[in-house]
Amino acid sequence: MIPVEHYVLLSSVLFVIGGIGFLVRRNVIVTLMSIEVMLNAANLALVAFNRSRLRHAVEQSAPGASHTGQVFAFFIIAAEAAEVAVGLAIVLSLYRLRRTVRSDEADLLKN
Amino acid sequence: MGALGTIYFYVCALTALAGALSVVIAKNPIRGAMGLLALILSIAGLFLALHAQFLAAIQLIVYAGAIVVLFLFVIMLLGPSAATPSDRRGLATRIFGGGLFGLAGLAGIALVTTAWNAAKHPFPLPEPDASFGGIDAFGSVLFADALVPFEVSSALLMVAVVGAIAVARGRQGVASMSKSEQEVARTTSAPSSSPKAGASGTGVFSHEIHAADPDHAKEPSA
Repeated sequence: MIPVEHYVLLSSVLFVIGGIGFLVRRNVIVTLMSIEVMLNAANLALVAFNRSRLRHAVEQSAPGASHTGQVFAFFIIAAEAAEVAVGLAIVLSLYRLRRTVRSDEADLLKN
Repeated sequence: MGALGTIYFYVCALTALAGALSVVIAKNPIRGAMGLLALILSIAGLFLALHAQFLAAIQLIVYAGAIVVLFLFVIMLLGPSAATPSDRRGLATRIFGGGLFGLAGLAGIALVTTAWNAAKHPFPLPEPDASFGGIDAFGSVLFADALVPFEVSSALLMVAVVGAIAVARGRQGVASMSKSEQEVARTTSAPSSSPKAGASGTGVFSHEIHAADPDHAKEPSA
């Protein structure tokens, strides 16, 4: 049986990989995909902790406490769909204006 | 089940790591999107192992079915310019920032791992009853305790759709017209310069009407 540490370890490694990609890459599409990686890692940690704290929630017998992490992950997925839609629209708009998808050439507000 | 579950976990974990690495490393964004797809599929597999069947299905439908396809649409729309040529400007700064973040993350991971080792007992996952994570149990929580955030998230999605259309549609105003169209639009929008402007020249697409109408376009010079 896999203990919860392994899930959390995997999740944190994925988060660090996504964060490094977000900081190092300059292609806006790759940056958005790195954010996806980070949010997926957060979802994995939420669901794993939900499963591991299950007995605690049942003992407390708080209504609805049994699925809190999963519901949270569900809302993260919804927010992320919205973020990707708006982000890719901004990428298209930037490309139309500057013929580039590099984040360091998006300096329309500079000077 | 024990050994099989362990193998399943490690296969999913290695696929997820490989996918995340290829998102970050790949030069071609299409390969990055494929890596993202591998990551999403393996995370959905881990959700199944964690008794989150409904979330696994949602993950497949929303991520693999919608988000990755959206990324691919945009990459295809941009064509070859979606892959930016590499140049080394600011590379040291970026490597420094990324390295700092990576070191901080690794330090945090090491800290938590030593704390876990000091606790000296693993935290095994309790076995839930079969309905845990299914549509019935999940939905009864979602529509009872999380009803307000659920409704708010529907408003969020609608606003995002409207915003995405408004941003991606581009400018439809004077600035997107060519020089001659701009001149026509400017002269015909003045109230007394053109008698026809009130009849056919109003509305969003009025500049197209004027541009398509040859003697109306000639009128200002006459």
